[in-house]
Amino acid sequence: MATAVEVSSVRKTYGSINAVDGVSFLVEKGEIFAVLGPNGAGKTTLIEMLEGLRKAEQGTMKVLGLDPWRESDLLHKRVGVVPQGFTFFGKATPREAVEYYADLFGMDVNVDEILREVLLEDAADMLFENLSGGQKQKVGVALSLVNSADLLFLDEPTTGLDPTARRAIWDVIRSLKNKGKTIILTTHYLDEAQQLSDRITVMNHGQTVVIGTVDEIIAEHGSGERLDIHGSEELAAYIKANTDLKVEYDDRGLIRIALNHKTDALAALEAVKRSGLDWGEIHTHEDNLEDVFVKLVRGKMDERGEIMGAHETSDPSSQRRG
Amino acid sequence: MPNAKRIIADLRLYARGDIRAKTYVYNTLLAPVFMMLAFGAIFSFFSGSGSGPVNVYLQNRDSGQISTRFIDALNSTGTLRVILVSTSENLTQYLSAQSAPDGVVIPVDFSSNYEAAEPVNVTVYGNPSSSSSAIVGATVSGVINAFNLGRYGGSPIISMSQTTFNPEVHKYIDFLVPGLFGMCILLGPMQTLLLTSSEYKKAKLFKQLSLTPITKTEWLVSKAIWYTFMTALSFPLMVAVGIILFGAHILLTVWLIPFLILGPILFTSFGMLAGTLTKDPGAASGVFMITVLPMLLLSGVFYPLASMPLCLQYAAHVLPLTYVIEGLNAVMIYNNYTLAAIDIAVLAMITLIFFVAAARLFNWRED
Repeated sequence: MATAVEVSSVRKTYGSINAVDGVSFLVEKGEIFAVLGPNGAGKTTLIEMLEGLRKAEQGTMKVLGLDPWRESDLLHKRVGVVPQGFTFFGKATPREAVEYYADLFGMDVNVDEILREVLLEDAADMLFENLSGGQKQKVGVALSLVNSADLLFLDEPTTGLDPTARRAIWDVIRSLKNKGKTIILTTHYLDEAQQLSDRITVMNHGQTVVIGTVDEIIAEHGSGERLDIHGSEELAAYIKANTDLKVEYDDRGLIRIALNHKTDALAALEAVKRSGLDWGEIHTHEDNLEDVFVKLVRGKMDERGEIMGAHETSDPSSQRRG
Repeated sequence: MPNAKRIIADLRLYARGDIRAKTYVYNTLLAPVFMMLAFGAIFSFFSGSGSGPVNVYLQNRDSGQISTRFIDALNSTGTLRVILVSTSENLTQYLSAQSAPDGVVIPVDFSSNYEAAEPVNVTVYGNPSSSSSAIVGATVSGVINAFNLGRYGGSPIISMSQTTFNPEVHKYIDFLVPGLFGMCILLGPMQTLLLTSSEYKKAKLFKQLSLTPITKTEWLVSKAIWYTFMTALSFPLMVAVGIILFGAHILLTVWLIPFLILGPILFTSFGMLAGTLTKDPGAASGVFMITVLPMLLLSGVFYPLASMPLCLQYAAHVLPLTYVIEGLNAVMIYNNYTLAAIDIAVLAMITLIFFVAAARLFNWRED
């Protein structure tokens, strides 16, 4: 498969802050590549360098074979961009917006077809300022399609949207993927990345923490299948002493037993029974992307992409730029 | 090379938005007319021609005939309008109560002393910060000299005949029409471009435009065309109000066209250039005041440049609006096409510099 984007040891600083710190990856043509990370991880700075809007200080970048900073004019004719928090002239309609972009790019387009493609035909003649958040984002996607771009950059396209609007945007992104477009998607929604992308990279503190498919990342960084038993520390100690299993106990009364083989669960349950001690719920659990993400960035993200509790710490990532 | 299709596309989108946002149409078309009505009424009806007699409050403590003749002589100068104040009043308190700067007191024995050729003193009250006080002082002094000469039967050796080099007697409204129109040429594009550019920067609209083939020059050209068009619409409205309602005497010739084109292009560019200073709409209002206020005060919007102190006249020629208003005055009032041609040449040069600077210095993307 041919390469659409090559990024090698790219670095960008703002004063003493390393916004992007030695990032490298490849994006193949036709894939959806998601860049995940909390606010301030460096996602938007990285994407804007790829779009030719910011200059990388070190490292090399090739987007569709072009240097994004030096050859930005050529690049902009071949890529579509939906920037973070997309907005447009409030007094223009989606139809006028598409016609405007078509004139700027010198493209002869079927406006209705583009609006239909992004599920916006019903709002084609409404003023942009009167559109809902999801409809506004769809205008952004529609404009990114005007120049028949092969590569699309979607920077947090569903941030702030309600679940219905998010799913509508997902449908649009899936249909674009089916048409063979390469898509680079930044998001702080883990389910969005999991639902849409072929591969993801997780960024934190300006660096890529991991790159791969969701399954690869979970397999590499997740803890695999385990048995969770609600019980006492004494019970945990009993199981550990009477089996060969790897047993962990957390302060919330949860005993975690790694299951390397299916029979490990039977051995664990047998030990529980023999102990004669009290126990509560028992269930199996396998790490998902969120569990892995929490491990990799050492925190959970809220709806806005902030690491929860980050404001209570002196974590320098809270000062980083997006 | 600017692409005409992209300029037209941008012009169409911007103009459509401006027309739909009715406030912009109000600002560009109706506000100038209201301004003309308001300022025309204030300056024409209340100040008359602007060169009428100065009111002076006079207290005549003398009961003789000479003081009456003296007062008649003051009134007949045409420079002063004497308003008599009762002798029971304290004149200085009376002047303060009337907020009047100028007063004259004729002493008790004025007539008898004059006839006896005894020295007598007329007191003139004035305010050094008021321009009318100098007029009052000079006029009273002139009348006193005439009376002194007449007392000894003398007649003046040097006489003066007064005429005007221009057969037209210009009223204040004649200066106000080009002044206010110059102000509209300044305010419309300058305010909109400065505020728009900061709003677009904040909303990242420029960043989005930088991802398309449109160039900064093309974007600026489309705005300059739009504001030139809007200026061309507001001009006849303002002139009509000035002529029909206030009787302004102004000349309308093809020499106005360069000012109607260069002015909006200049201030569109200036607005965009000033927009490089900030991306915060709040701060943009401050930049607007700093850049616009000196021009409104010094460039001859409300008063002819020639009526200002010489040092301010020199300072005014640093400001680009001065050349617009000076040129409009030259064409619309004085019929002076040599001066107009000089102003057009200077304006063309300044416009070119500002346009190129705005297109180059305005940054759509970041390093």
